[in-house]
Amino acid sequence: MSELSSNAKKVIEEHLGRYPSKQAVTLPALHVVQEEKGCVSRKAISEIADILELSPAQINDTLSFYGFFRTEEDPLGKKRVWICRSLPCMLRGGDELLAELCSRWNIQPGQTTADGEVTLELAECLGACDGAPCMLVDDELTLCVTADDVEKQVRGGA
Amino acid sequence: MSNEDFKPVLLARLGKPNSHKLENYKADGGYQALAKALAMKNTEVIDVVKTSGLRGRGGAGFPTGLKWTFLPKDVSGPIYLCINGDESEPGTFNNRVLIEQDPHQVLEGIVISSFATRTTTAYFYLRYEYGRCYRVLKDAIDEMYANNLLGKNILGSGYDLDVHLHRGACAYICGEETGLIESLEGKRAWPRIKPPFPAIEGAFRRPTVVNNVETMACIPHIINHGAEWFMSMGVPKDPNNPRDAGSYGPKLYCISGHVNKPGLVELPMGISARDLIDKHAGGVWKGRKAKAVVPGGISMGFMSEKELDTPLDFAGPGRVGCLGLGTAAVVVIDDHTSMVDVLYNACRFFAHESCGQCTPCREGTAWSTKILERIRDGRGKLSDIDLLLEISGSMGTIPGTTICGLADGAAWPIKNAIHKFRPEFEEYIKSGRRSESPALAGAH
Repeated sequence: MSELSSNAKKVIEEHLGRYPSKQAVTLPALHVVQEEKGCVSRKAISEIADILELSPAQINDTLSFYGFFRTEEDPLGKKRVWICRSLPCMLRGGDELLAELCSRWNIQPGQTTADGEVTLELAECLGACDGAPCMLVDDELTLCVTADDVEKQVRGGA
Repeated sequence: MSNEDFKPVLLARLGKPNSHKLENYKADGGYQALAKALAMKNTEVIDVVKTSGLRGRGGAGFPTGLKWTFLPKDVSGPIYLCINGDESEPGTFNNRVLIEQDPHQVLEGIVISSFATRTTTAYFYLRYEYGRCYRVLKDAIDEMYANNLLGKNILGSGYDLDVHLHRGACAYICGEETGLIESLEGKRAWPRIKPPFPAIEGAFRRPTVVNNVETMACIPHIINHGAEWFMSMGVPKDPNNPRDAGSYGPKLYCISGHVNKPGLVELPMGISARDLIDKHAGGVWKGRKAKAVVPGGISMGFMSEKELDTPLDFAGPGRVGCLGLGTAAVVVIDDHTSMVDVLYNACRFFAHESCGQCTPCREGTAWSTKILERIRDGRGKLSDIDLLLEISGSMGTIPGTTICGLADGAAWPIKNAIHKFRPEFEEYIKSGRRSESPALAGAH
């Protein structure tokens, strides 16, 4: 059975016409797969490589450069919460916010809660320094957050 | 023009209802500059931009029109324009606001710039974290295709252009223009050795221009109002310095850190950091004083309190030992904050974001972080201070040891922090104190 969904294949096909090289579709392909499955498996890497006429090693080379992508050994939870730790957020409590969430959820950055709901990540500057400390949930920014705000937004206050 | 009389140009439509919609942009005079440009020769458009003195807003301040003239004159086959929307310099968020609030202003600039550079395919490289920007841009681009502002025969001019959005994957190095190109091509974002410069051999081995988002937003206004109008704002070039290209036009200043009102302010180039903080950001918070100020993203280093009257134009920060204006992202650090902690945060960032290609950068950023960790753990030695200085003096394009400027940006905060705040480092080490950062195992 194919690891790539029909939607993922369709998205990859759509992107092929936009670039003069097939390799340029590597990031769009990795994005669509991770968005659907929470990780990019070895099988998915190999199927992407087939479509783009590359070796799986080339796809893996790109994938592993960007800390963004997860392998099947280490998949994402349902929500991915990034807490910014760069200077403007650090100056306004970003480190304390991250530590508080780690303690409330009993995980370290990079890990997922036991119920598989939330993966907590450290982010470098999220580009929302006017609202420090800030967080990114999946790809949506929220400015000026407290630990209670984060819990309410990602865990429904539970 | 005084700052009091200045009316925002790039942020003029900020806060208007549905400012991101095409019909509202058009109602405010949008896309008139495009019609005007398409009636000109492409070389005339380049001349206007060149005359205006517009310099790239992404950090390096290279003259935009001049960059365009580096494209080969007689070239068959495609030329590419890449828009650098990988804004990741700590403290910087002006592109995010521009795109979310007024995407068509940026896109109009892109179409005009593409026409000027004879580009028929433009790639908008957008950092992944800006999901809202991605959705706003996607809708705006769809509106443009539906209204003959993109695609074939734009506004009946015979000019064709496609714009494609390309999302990054959270890597600071993609903001370096050749790192961006490698990433666009589907590879790890390792900056390329130059020459060849992108204008000769860039994306997909074709002539390529890489321009910043704010730079693009300036273009429609320059076409509408002319080069002289643009030059009426900012700081003229120094007649005694033939290498100074001046600092013209409006500029977006991001203000964050320990101020009462962090935010985005548009002013003519050249306001001082002190005025920016006191008049436009509500002053330093909690009634405190500023100890240090980052002039343009952390890679530019630090100004001390007594240097705050320095004008924030392209030449100003360099006169007080900073690397430059950078992205004009001003981060204010109050006098209750330890510079050891601030420098540690900066070093940790660069160690995380070094692409690892050049040894001086990969090792230098990692070791400077480790030394600062040791100091913060109460185990520092006074000789560590000179060791940090030595490391910072051995990496970067300025000593000529690396392919790109990331290492210079990593070294500059170290140089400035130690030169300007050395007694604080000495006192910290001698006291044997420790920073109980709420840090976490394996957190870098």
